[in-house]
Amino acid sequence: MKNATPLIWRNSAARYNLAGNHCETCGKDYFPERVVCPTCRRRGKLSAKQMPTDGKIYSFTHVHAAPAGFEHETPYYIAIVELENGVHLLTQLVDSPAEKVKIGTNVKMCFRRIFEDGKEGLIAYGFKFKVV
Amino acid sequence: MVGIVGYGTYVPRMRVKVDEIARVWGKEGARISKGLGINEKAVASFDEDSCSFAVEASRVALKSCGADPKGIGAVFVGSESKPYAVKPTATMVAEAIGATPEMTAADFEFACKAGTAGVQACMGMVSSGMVKYGLAVGSDTAQGRPNDALEYSAGGGAAALIIGKEGTVADIDATYSFTTDTPDFWRRQHAEFPRHAGRFTAEPAYFKHVLSGAKGLLAKTGTKPEDYDFAVFHQPNGKFPLRAATMLGFEETKAMQGLITPFIGNTYSAAAMIGLCSVLDVAKPGQRILVVSYGSGAGSDAFKITVKEGIEAKRPKVAVLNAIEDKEYVDYAGYVKHRRKIKSL
Ligand SMILES: [Zn+2]
Repeated sequence: MKNATPLIWRNSAARYNLAGNHCETCGKDYFPERVVCPTCRRRGKLSAKQMPTDGKIYSFTHVHAAPAGFEHETPYYIAIVELENGVHLLTQLVDSPAEKVKIGTNVKMCFRRIFEDGKEGLIAYGFKFKVV
Repeated sequence: MVGIVGYGTYVPRMRVKVDEIARVWGKEGARISKGLGINEKAVASFDEDSCSFAVEASRVALKSCGADPKGIGAVFVGSESKPYAVKPTATMVAEAIGATPEMTAADFEFACKAGTAGVQACMGMVSSGMVKYGLAVGSDTAQGRPNDALEYSAGGGAAALIIGKEGTVADIDATYSFTTDTPDFWRRQHAEFPRHAGRFTAEPAYFKHVLSGAKGLLAKTGTKPEDYDFAVFHQPNGKFPLRAATMLGFEETKAMQGLITPFIGNTYSAAAMIGLCSVLDVAKPGQRILVVSYGSGAGSDAFKITVKEGIEAKRPKVAVLNAIEDKEYVDYAGYVKHRRKIKSL
């Protein structure tokens, strides 16, 4: 990746702390944050909200052929995690022994390096999940 | 009185055995293990570094004591393995724990005692009323050069202490430092691995400063080794801290609860602080702890700490000695891959 500075900078709040938002009209939480509530449209009222950091595995896959920048981390797990508030997010699973990676397993958020923008560029940090 | 409001640690899950490192270099593992008093060391995985460690330890500290992150007016991160040469780790930690933006932050460097230097800075700022809470973190990842003596001991981990006046779990009654210009260990700008003065790292460096720091604190506070229930020393290996305890007149048993290096290796800036956290996991209200850190270059920070009522409710859910039981062994090849010691990575 070349010059990912804007990408890393803009996403840091969401990546560090699962900063999403919440619709006060219908009560739904969103991550990543939405500009408008897809249910309430103009009647929706969105405010910032931090997502819960615990959840469970909704679905997962074991990655053997990784995209550029992740080649040395294979094989690794990618999972859709369902957070306690029902929000789904896509994340890497780390520190998780194969026998424990199953649909329904409890996971919690941790803080890791996500990728680096070449040897001299920025390092993107943020959430990954691990089995409890 | 100023003291510790909350504490937390982080130790990575991966372990490599001293035996395994010795196998690769054709050395006698059992003899090296015995000589160092270290069985295995904790190493960061591919996506971890001293910044991610510091965030994890700080989050544990905040969560267990329940302090409001917006009350943290200063974040100081001590490390000798910073992910960036220029760009503070402390700002990333502050952002990740929700302490920004009305606060100050900086990275400290003083080899293995940068974390306790941060504790002292926080004590000053809290005592003077400049900030409500200060967060001091010691965090390091292994930097041992392949086939160097340090490769057997260089581990990784972090400890975070929230310093404040109200709701302390342990008061810091006094601190004393002993500092000289001593060239025992260093790393030049752009150099990948540190260098050291070999056998001269013991007597004129570690022991001179640790013993002087401890004796200075005892004299300053008018206390004797018998007045303490626990003693924690910087632990570059499993042997030095026990020898320091004996030389000062402490029974070895008082140094055992805070001696973590045999299981995770030397965690540099975090070493004495993780030891203190392990003591706080079990110490009862009223018990006294002596802590002496050591940083090459060289200096020591000594602290007299008294445990307070109410500590039970604010301890992290998992004690240090239990947390380090969650581990996974890697062989030497896995270790060099994860630590990016293969040049083409
Ligand atoms: Zn809505």
